[in-house]
Amino acid sequence: MKIRIKFAKEGNMKFIGHLDVMRYFQKVMRKADVDIRYSEGFSPHQIMSFAAPLGVGITSRGEYVDIEVISTDSSKEMLRRMNEVAVEGIEFLNYRKLPDTAASAMSLVAAADYTVTFREGKEPEDWEAFAAGLAEFARGEQILVMKQTKKGEKETDIRPMIYSLTVDGQAVHMKIATGSAANLKPDVVIRAYMDSVGLALEEFALLVHRDEVYGSRGNKDQVELVALDQFGGDIE
Amino acid sequence: MKKLALSDEILLSIQQPACYIGNEMNVTIKDPAGKIRFCMCFPDSYQIGMSHLGMQILHAKFNSREDVYCERVFSPWMDLDPILRERKIPLFALESQDPVRDFDFLGITIQYEMCYTNILQILDLSGIPLHASDRGEEDPIVIGGGPCAYNPEPLAPFFDLFYIGEGETRYDALFDLYKEIRGNGGSREAFLLEAAKLPGIYGPGFYDVAYKEDGTIASFTPNREGIPEKIRKEIVVELDDAPYIENPIVPFIKVTQDRVVLEIQRGCIRGCRFCQAGNVYRPLREHGLQYLKDYAYKLLKNTGHDEISLSSLSSSDYTHLKELVTFLIEEFKGKGVNISLPSLRIDAFSLDVMGKVQDVKKSSLTFAPEAGSQRLRDVINKGLTEEVILKGAAEAFHGGWNRVKLYFMLGLPTETVEDMEGIALLSQKVAETYYDEVPKEQRQGKVQVVASSSFFVPKPFTPFQWARMCTKEEFLERAYIVRSKIREMKNAKSLKYNWHEADLSVLEGVMARGDRRVAVVLEEAYRQGAVFDSWGEYFNNDIWMKAFADCGVDPEFYTTRERDLDEIFPWDFIDAGVSKEFLKREWLQAVAEQVTPNCRERCSGCGARGFGGGVCYENQN
Repeated sequence: MKIRIKFAKEGNMKFIGHLDVMRYFQKVMRKADVDIRYSEGFSPHQIMSFAAPLGVGITSRGEYVDIEVISTDSSKEMLRRMNEVAVEGIEFLNYRKLPDTAASAMSLVAAADYTVTFREGKEPEDWEAFAAGLAEFARGEQILVMKQTKKGEKETDIRPMIYSLTVDGQAVHMKIATGSAANLKPDVVIRAYMDSVGLALEEFALLVHRDEVYGSRGNKDQVELVALDQFGGDIE
Repeated sequence: MKKLALSDEILLSIQQPACYIGNEMNVTIKDPAGKIRFCMCFPDSYQIGMSHLGMQILHAKFNSREDVYCERVFSPWMDLDPILRERKIPLFALESQDPVRDFDFLGITIQYEMCYTNILQILDLSGIPLHASDRGEEDPIVIGGGPCAYNPEPLAPFFDLFYIGEGETRYDALFDLYKEIRGNGGSREAFLLEAAKLPGIYGPGFYDVAYKEDGTIASFTPNREGIPEKIRKEIVVELDDAPYIENPIVPFIKVTQDRVVLEIQRGCIRGCRFCQAGNVYRPLREHGLQYLKDYAYKLLKNTGHDEISLSSLSSSDYTHLKELVTFLIEEFKGKGVNISLPSLRIDAFSLDVMGKVQDVKKSSLTFAPEAGSQRLRDVINKGLTEEVILKGAAEAFHGGWNRVKLYFMLGLPTETVEDMEGIALLSQKVAETYYDEVPKEQRQGKVQVVASSSFFVPKPFTPFQWARMCTKEEFLERAYIVRSKIREMKNAKSLKYNWHEADLSVLEGVMARGDRRVAVVLEEAYRQGAVFDSWGEYFNNDIWMKAFADCGVDPEFYTTRERDLDEIFPWDFIDAGVSKEFLKREWLQAVAEQVTPNCRERCSGCGARGFGGGVCYENQN
């Protein structure tokens, strides 16, 4: 049985890297008595795959991991058990059963919502002008940035990867392409704008938070972005 | 969210932020108000320290007291160390992130000699005066424990107290005393003086050492009334009565010992004459089978670990080993739990078990003959014979293994060229056994025999405490003799030989049998940048040699000097259970190439019987 778990990674847990979070989740599964399925072979491992690894330093309330279980209790009970053993900063948000034919979260990932704020003391001097300029910039025709590739630097247009960008108070919200087909990082968008107006983005100036990760439903011409937890349903 | 001692900016610019934020699974968080605050320190990296069982046992035990809040601190790695100094950020405990210097106690476990400079780093970064004599009322009580506390003298000026022996027994009394004296406005000094009268507790400041003209110790005497002349080590007589850890802290990052560790027994019956652990942890005491089964369940459940390992000096000597291992395999193997079994003698049983719990193709077998010839193995009282090794190897080869590791020591007392060349000969015989035993069509490639030698460092409380240690040049010369003999062997292509760092061994030798006069060298080396000496990438021998020269201390006094049978050793004020008479007897037996039977064969009257338990009283109901 395929299960998709949504979780939050916040607070000091942002310093724990993706591989260590994976290792930690394996322990949570055992500690919370999740009847997870193991692979065959001499050294069996839990069937578990994450949607989109989160970089160190980034917080999120929209992380996903798919697991396979042999048996399960209700979503509510499973969440209770997992949250009971979770450390501060990890919160399990939902636990949903997927159709047997469901594609993996990792293969579905198409976009993510981010909220970006500036760290105290690192904000642009004229916030109003910055906010207006950034929103305008994101609506432009083309945004060319130099991207590091294996062969060196390459100029890429990131504009098609920005699905929306709004500024609300001191926060920048953006929905941008994520996943294996196209992947954009929120700081790249901010830096591109700042570069274009001659501002320098200081190291560690941004606080990045991921709000949601979406998969694509529909076909090539009519892409529909759906939050990954909408692919399954709660177990009563 | 907990406030951290380090800013995001710092944490995101160092390699392993996870080592400094606490918050791991099963961590204990308390309100510090009104509690004795104890900061437990392992003076090495987080990855090494968090792998240490003893620290976790004591940490849990202390926290089981309502009136104590025990936290942890480790050596900041070399990417963080300069940042802390530059920005004047005091070293902090992981749980509360509060500065270590604000604690009541800083307890440092001293597991090996090469961590001594890291102890100074911890004190320095905490802002605690390095010298106990410079500490004031506000400074924590700095207390050391662990195996190196069996000769604490090179560290004497830096510690207020040392705890000699197993930590489970006497800390309660120490905490009660602290509350009584400090809680009623008593001074730090008043507490230390009373603490140093408790069994197992050594207050180095309350003893004076006088030296003879030749540099050896003339006398070692208490300088205050009521301070004991001898300090007897503390042990837990009935292991099953002592609390074990139920909820070990589980790190996020992969640490060296990333598994449940089940201590099955303490001590060892073997009596290897080079082995400090085998002597100071006497008598052998076992845990009951049911106790271990219960803890195996609890610990696997509470940690979520997928591996369990047995810990002891010689697992094969555990009375219920078969039942325990069979239980672990039957109960957990099907649930994705790996079982690791270190320190097993290679025989039919262990090979059968290992075949079940590990991938034969990927694993290698380890033998520890320690010496290359039977003569020298008799000298060191290592019972393993060539016949047993070759028989074990043959069985292993039939079982599908084709990689063997052999551990040796070089520089053992009475060692001759023949003994050294014996390492090559034995390695060759193991390789030959493969080709003799396994028919060509069944061979899975070539056999690989890796022989490693470490250099022998004489340790206190062993029969070899009188032994002369080799110089660096002698060590290397011996390693070259082995290497060239290995190259002459018929199956040389299947043999690999490597040896340990010689400079490090020499330094370890100085610290192991050093006295209080070594402390200045340690401090000077630290001031000149020595730290993380056990890490090859940071060890700098030149700093040390210069420090010896600048301080006018001759390292060879502690290493290569021949010691008189009646010399007063710096550690003689400790009663480790094994008597000096016994050790002397064993030393003479060693030189005479006479073996001594193990504790289960015959009691040798070492003195450990006086503790009233363990193997000494087996089958004597």
